[in-house]
Order: sequence, then structure tokens, then C-alpha cells
Amino acid sequence: MTAPLLQVDNLTVTFPTNNGPVDVVDGVSFTLGQERLGIVGESGSGKSMTGRAILGLVRAPGRVRADGMRFEGTDLLTLTPRQMRRIRGARISMVMQDPKFSLNPVMNVGAQIAEALRVHERLPRRDLNRRVVEMLDAVRITDPERAMRLYPHEVSGGMGQRIMIAMMLIPRPRILIADEPTSALDVSVQGQVLDLIDELVTGNGMGLVLISHDLNLVGRYCDRVLVMNAGRVVETLDADNFSAARHPYTQGLMAAVPRMDETRDVLPTLDRATWAAT
Amino acid sequence: MSAIRLTDLAIRYGDTTVVHGVDLDVAAGESFALVGESGSGKSTILKAIMGLTPGWTGEIAVNGRPRRPRPDRGFSRVCQMVFQDPYGSLHPRKTVDATIAEPLVIHGVPDRDAAVVRLLKDVGLDARFRFRFPHQLSGGQRQRVAIARALALQPKILLLDEPTSALDVSIQAEILNLFKRLRRERGLTYLMVTHNLPVVAFLCERLAVMRHGRIVETAGVSALRTGRFKSDYARELHRLSGPDVAE
Repeated sequence: MTAPLLQVDNLTVTFPTNNGPVDVVDGVSFTLGQERLGIVGESGSGKSMTGRAILGLVRAPGRVRADGMRFEGTDLLTLTPRQMRRIRGARISMVMQDPKFSLNPVMNVGAQIAEALRVHERLPRRDLNRRVVEMLDAVRITDPERAMRLYPHEVSGGMGQRIMIAMMLIPRPRILIADEPTSALDVSVQGQVLDLIDELVTGNGMGLVLISHDLNLVGRYCDRVLVMNAGRVVETLDADNFSAARHPYTQGLMAAVPRMDETRDVLPTLDRATWAAT
Repeated sequence: MSAIRLTDLAIRYGDTTVVHGVDLDVAAGESFALVGESGSGKSTILKAIMGLTPGWTGEIAVNGRPRRPRPDRGFSRVCQMVFQDPYGSLHPRKTVDATIAEPLVIHGVPDRDAAVVRLLKDVGLDARFRFRFPHQLSGGQRQRVAIARALALQPKILLLDEPTSALDVSIQAEILNLFKRLRRERGLTYLMVTHNLPVVAFLCERLAVMRHGRIVETAGVSALRTGRFKSDYARELHRLSGPDVAE
């Protein structure tokens, strides 16, 4: 494997509560190369916080500590907010869950995508326009010229998510973090959006961190999967070999999902006393 | 006898017809699923049965009684609904106790105290949650409260609108088990809307696949196991939902 794009060492995110500080991410370490890494867990497992911590998006009073969080050789934790802004979006970017809440409702699609590029690069307007059209084309939006003039409320969920992806990929980042990118979408559109992410990430030699609660989905689109519970990585799995899962939490999680050829009368559930969940 | 019978049901929002000529017959004691993409009209049908959408034509009969486009107090004792979002469907300033007791108060049911205690027990919520507010509960616990409220008037029919899609998989398993047990214990009829086909395979006997406001196909759940649907659209939906299942 080539030198890793991202190396996270003993990452801890702490929030103060009335009962003292709580580590919502508790000593997570992993490396990401030019590969697709999945992070799976239930709500409260710390999977989203891990993604946000990498981008420096954990707000006070939350505190991020790590022995190291190196991206292409620089330790992200030592950067000033200004230096971090230059990396965020341009070198590492993030696709959020719901396009409805993540797109600016009073800006048309073209202007939003162009803004994402303009912040990081100085380009003549003609080139800017061309890049936006190319990008919309790459996320398979038919008639990009027309789409650029639309406002977020005029596009469907699937199209909105493709616009988000276009916006995130237009500065040509090295790493894409996708936090539940399809859970607001229909099954039929989910596949298309994930195929698209997969194609763009693989085609451009990027690293992908796919955060989801859906074990099967992550298994389909990733090479490796981290399973998280209560802020810790309980198990790392090869995506093509889920049956090798040893950890009782992972096994419990897999067993609790109904199957298409369901014959069980009762679904097994996780023991709440052992595994933190909501 | 059929619990829910829809005959040539059409539903309009303003000038747009969102459900076209739907015929459906759900037998008493049956668990039936409506599946399809967003915008296919499946939730709208549930709303029309509950009387939450005024602009419908055709016939809706629940337990043999036709629905009229005006409030019907007796209907609440026959049929209740559980909504998708347990965060949005409970009043934030009412305690669990007040939420579950409200239908009992409205209908003048005596002995409410014992009824609330019994309902909490039925849905597997510890008695210590009785005087808490929704924000003090987790998603799964809230959905249990919503189910207890729906069961308060002892209806025989429950309409379920994506009842587990906002929950984690391990919590979803608990709630699905709960639905299965309640149905067995109380002889309930379910009409469930969902886009999750494996959930249908676990909880239902039959399903109708909807698209663009029409029922494309009605099939037994065995079709989910084999993938043998008659229509192309149903086969496609099935394929997209579970690529791991043998075609």
C-alpha cells in the first residue's frame, strides 16, 4: 500500500456533561489510503463525531484530542483555523445526510457549486463556468446549463444529493467523508448515488470514508469496515467477509436486521446492559 | 370480513391527483404492507383512511362501515395510526402519562390510572418512564409511547406509517418484535406503509407495490423470498432492495 492519506492515532472527542466529561469518541485509530473505508455504528456510537473531528468541525464545548491526525504529512491538530479552512473543502470534504438542509435555499445550484470552487481557487469566470458544467455532467445531471439555474427546492432528493457531491468534489479533494449520504433517499436512488460516489472516488484515486448505520450497504461499497460502539472501534472487518465477524456486538447487529427471506419468528435484540445504544 | 376495503379510491391535493383508482381489501387479522418509492401515494392512503386528507372520492370502508368526510368519534376506537417520526409525533410538553391518557380522557374511559400502567407494561416500557417528557426518552422508547397511545382505546386496526425507519437496527428489531407480539395477543390488523422490504418479510403476509399513485401489483410475502413478481417494477424494486438475495 502507498503512504496513507490520513492517519488517525488515538482520537478522543470529549463533551462536558452534568455528570462529568464524556468521551463520545474514545481512542479511535485508523489509517486511510486510496481506499473505501466504512464506519458503522448505531446512533451515539461516535461515528459521525469521528468524521467531524477529522475536519475540525467539533464545536466547543466539545474537545478533540489525538496522539496524531496526519493528513499527507501535516498534523491537522496543529493547524490554525485559517490553515484548516484551506484544507477543509479543498483537500478533505464532506457530504452530509440531507440535501434539503445542507444546500443554501436562496442561491441557485450553479452559484453554490461555483462558490465551492471560488473559495479555494482563483479562476476566470469562463473557466469557473466550464468546471461547474463538467462537474454536473460528471454527477450525471442531464442538461447542466438548465440545472445550474434551478434552486434547491426545485430539485428532487436524489438530484440534490448529486449536487452536493458535485459541490464537494469540484475542488478535487483527496478525501471524501460521506456521512449517511443516502439515508434520506429512496432505495432506487440510493444505489445510483452510491455508485456515483464509488466511481468518482475510485476514478480519481481518492480516499473515501463512508459513515452509515447500515451494515449491508457499507459492506457493498467499502473495502474495509470499522464497527463502532460507545465511541470505540470494536472490530475492523474486510467488507467481503462479514461472516468472519467475531465480536458479539457486530454479530448482534447483523442478526437484528430483518432479511428478505425472513423465516425467524422473533428477531434477536442486543442486550442493552452490555451495549450502549439509544 | 374485511377490516379495510378501498374501492376505486382517488385522492387529490388541489388540482393534482396523487392516488388513482386504488382497490384494496385487507382481511381482519391480516398484516398488509404498502410499499413503493416516496411520492407513490402510500402514506396518503393511510391519511385518507384516518380522515386526515379531505379531498378523496371512491369508497373507504373500515370494519364494513363506510368512512364519511366528517369527524367520527367511534372510529378512534376501531382504528389508530402510528407515525414514522417518534420525535415529531409526541407533544413535547406532555408527560408520557398525559400522552397515553389523552384518548382515554376524550372518550371518558373510567379507571385511567390502571389503564396507563397496563399499556406501559404491554409495550415493554418500565413504569419509571410514566412521568417523563419525550425529550427524556430515546427514539425507541418514544415509539413505544406512541404505540401505547394508539392502543389506549383498544382498536382492532393499526395503520403504521414507516414505524421503524427512524430507528437504529437493534431498536428496530425490538419494535418489530413488539408489533408481532401485540398482533398475536390482541388479534390486530395492520396496514403498514414502508419502503423496507425485509421489514415486510418479517411482519406481513401480503403486500401491494405502488407507483405513481397506482397499485402495480399485489403479492404474498413469499414473492419476496423468491423474487417472483409479475410486474417489472416490483421485480426492480425487489432487486434494488436486496442484491444479496438470489434472483
